[in-house]
Amino acid sequence: MAKNLDPGKWSCPLPLRSYPNVVLGHGSGGQLTADLIQQLFLPAFRNSALEALGDAAVVAAAGLRLAFSTDAYVVRPLVFPGGSLGELAVNGTINDLAVAGARPLFLSAAFLVEEGFPIEQLARLVQRMAAAAREAGVEIVTGDTKVVDKGHGDGCYITTAGIGLVSEGVQLGPQRIEPGDAVILSGPIGDHGIAVLSVREGLEFGARIESDTAALHTLVETILETPGAVRFMRDPTRGGVAAALNEVAAAAGKGIVLEEEKIPVRAEVEAACELLGLDPLTVANEGKLLAVVDPAAAPAILERMRAHPLGRDAQVIGRITAEHPGAVTLRTSIGAARVIPMPVGELLPRIC
Amino acid sequence: MKHLAEYRDAAIARGLLREIERLATRPWTIMEVCGGQTHSIIRTGIDQVLPAGLELVHGPGCPVCVTPLELIDKAVAIAARPGVVFCSFGDMLRVPGSAKDLFQAKSEGADVRVVYSPLDALRLARENPGREVVFFAVGFETTAPANAMAVKVARRDGIANFSLLVSHVLVPPAIEAILRAPGNRVQAFLAAGHVCTVMGYRQYVPIAERHRVPIVVAGFEPVDLLDGIRRAVAQLEHGEARVENAYARAVTRDGNLAARKLLGEVFEVTDRNWRGIGLIPASGWRLAPGYRDFDAESRFDVGALSVGESPLCRSGEVLQGAIKPTDCPAFGKECTPRTPLGATMVSSEGACAAYYNYRRRAVAPDPD
Amino acid sequence: MCLAVPGRIEEVYEKDGLRMGRLDFGGVVKEVCLEYLPEAGPGDYAIVHVGFAISKLDEEAAAQTLEALREMGELDGPEWRPGDEDGAPAG
Repeated sequence: MAKNLDPGKWSCPLPLRSYPNVVLGHGSGGQLTADLIQQLFLPAFRNSALEALGDAAVVAAAGLRLAFSTDAYVVRPLVFPGGSLGELAVNGTINDLAVAGARPLFLSAAFLVEEGFPIEQLARLVQRMAAAAREAGVEIVTGDTKVVDKGHGDGCYITTAGIGLVSEGVQLGPQRIEPGDAVILSGPIGDHGIAVLSVREGLEFGARIESDTAALHTLVETILETPGAVRFMRDPTRGGVAAALNEVAAAAGKGIVLEEEKIPVRAEVEAACELLGLDPLTVANEGKLLAVVDPAAAPAILERMRAHPLGRDAQVIGRITAEHPGAVTLRTSIGAARVIPMPVGELLPRIC
Repeated sequence: MKHLAEYRDAAIARGLLREIERLATRPWTIMEVCGGQTHSIIRTGIDQVLPAGLELVHGPGCPVCVTPLELIDKAVAIAARPGVVFCSFGDMLRVPGSAKDLFQAKSEGADVRVVYSPLDALRLARENPGREVVFFAVGFETTAPANAMAVKVARRDGIANFSLLVSHVLVPPAIEAILRAPGNRVQAFLAAGHVCTVMGYRQYVPIAERHRVPIVVAGFEPVDLLDGIRRAVAQLEHGEARVENAYARAVTRDGNLAARKLLGEVFEVTDRNWRGIGLIPASGWRLAPGYRDFDAESRFDVGALSVGESPLCRSGEVLQGAIKPTDCPAFGKECTPRTPLGATMVSSEGACAAYYNYRRRAVAPDPD
Repeated sequence: MCLAVPGRIEEVYEKDGLRMGRLDFGGVVKEVCLEYLPEAGPGDYAIVHVGFAISKLDEEAAAQTLEALREMGELDGPEWRPGDEDGAPAG
């Protein structure tokens, strides 16, 4: 039976027991992924940089502070409204560096390609990666190619790693989060996940819903202009805002209270979520930023974010509390409260 | 969305709440039958803002929750057969059988696919004539017409590699069973609005009369639910016991005649074992003799399966409204949405999952 | 059970021998089976569950219900808005 289970944390002790094999949910960015990290990877690799469990690790080398991150990209379909596997592979890793407070410098790219994959499609993905890197001012300086037998891979997967430089004076971490801090979200949520799902589910949109894939490092620079006011940042990708904020709450040992009405969601994204029975808070983003900031500096930071093309719809969506540490709650439209849980596994259309 | 957003209007909700507060002079216990309504109640926090003494208990209306254990085991066994494409609504994949769920079957090589509609499964059968496409036909009266149409088209077009694993359940027999149970404390029902779009509400009239219990057909948005509660409380306070329709924009007395006609052709009434509750006579549908050749249970003989529920689980009592999810000693400990011991914890609409997801930490006291 | 949402019928056609339609759900368009609503046509709203329209939405009844409920809301009490109480975030 379960040991060391703290009812206040609501993490489940049993999934690795109940799933002897890896299931899709282990890659969802939700609780099953967290269990793999906590029960398998962390005990095996344990060190202080890894233990911070940031989107990127910040390590010291030769008197510099480097941010270092890696990510594997497996999206289906390979091309979707507003982007492709190529842009995700570049922007995703840039964003992991950016939210660690780093200026992204160099990327690596490893291609895992299935025998038979058309060179033309590979070329198109590579061109899109190149364009995204150029636009972001980041160079792809090393790489690798592996081909697996036909039927042993699904077309093409890309893994990128990145290195960035953290400026002096930038100190970010969940331990800096204080009750009263403001939680800022840079814009409407769920665009990427719904754009990808729409292809799979045969949805069409009146106004086209496109993936929000974008490199966030210039937006992050505008935020970091106020030294010390920014406590911590995340980009809410798989698992959405719900997963990212649950991780923040757990890491900070604080509570988070969100205001339902302040969370920006495009009407079409909300409608698609109604149709499929999904909660927009759990849907993936690829170009959104969550920042926990000093409440006194929040108005100035918001103003600067809104002057940036990627932060035009930025909002304060909630605040940090001393109450219910580790939990994210949301005040509903009728003035009640509900808990926003860590998503469990992969997003499933909820029909019954 | 039009015809949805209006029913989330906080000002109207507030007005209804004031009216409920004015009406309710005594404690009352009302059951919302449908898991979708439970979900909406917990999601918006309606149960937190109702007057003290007005208690909502969650009913058995989650088809994922009540699908019999042995049928989940059969689904896992059929999915594991070579040549089978097993199609299901997304919610069923995490429901545990005696040993496995469908996600695990998939990880072991079964071809398990999530579909939005049974017509998607039928399309897969057309496109893959060399494979056996099985659709897990769960659901209440709301979902049955879609499954009936899929099997009717399969017959019409001669799609012989398509079959249904049927576990349909019916609301009125469940309400009767709850009312007949010793120790029942439910004094009024919110009937499931979407079930009634298909079946109408005439079936509930004799139940309301026989058991002297108000039954209000209600929708799913906060305003719909509060209006349903308001009408139920008004009836209780006035000593009335009628069927009332608080979802008039979608529900008529006789329901959808075209759908009911096909349901009568494709399905026949059968006894059904409800997970966590037990056998309820005449509470389900199975394929009628004319469609029996599309029945996956007879097409795939999976042999004798060893079926057994976790002994810790009390989801049966939760489904019957006898205890709140938080009363269960395993709740939030051994039993969470990820490692569900009982069916109520599985579905995002199941009463326990709804509690766990939306309520538990902020509002309810710790179980220990 | 039974997640069902209202959509507006944009177009009706036949496909694989079934009466089908394209329905607009607040800007999202999806193909839906209309076999169970033989009378419904473009401009009508329908309640849709698992890809099937199961009920034609009675817009007159909807308007009446809403009007009655709005009146109830206006009977007494000040204008109430979520977030008025303590706890609304800055910004």
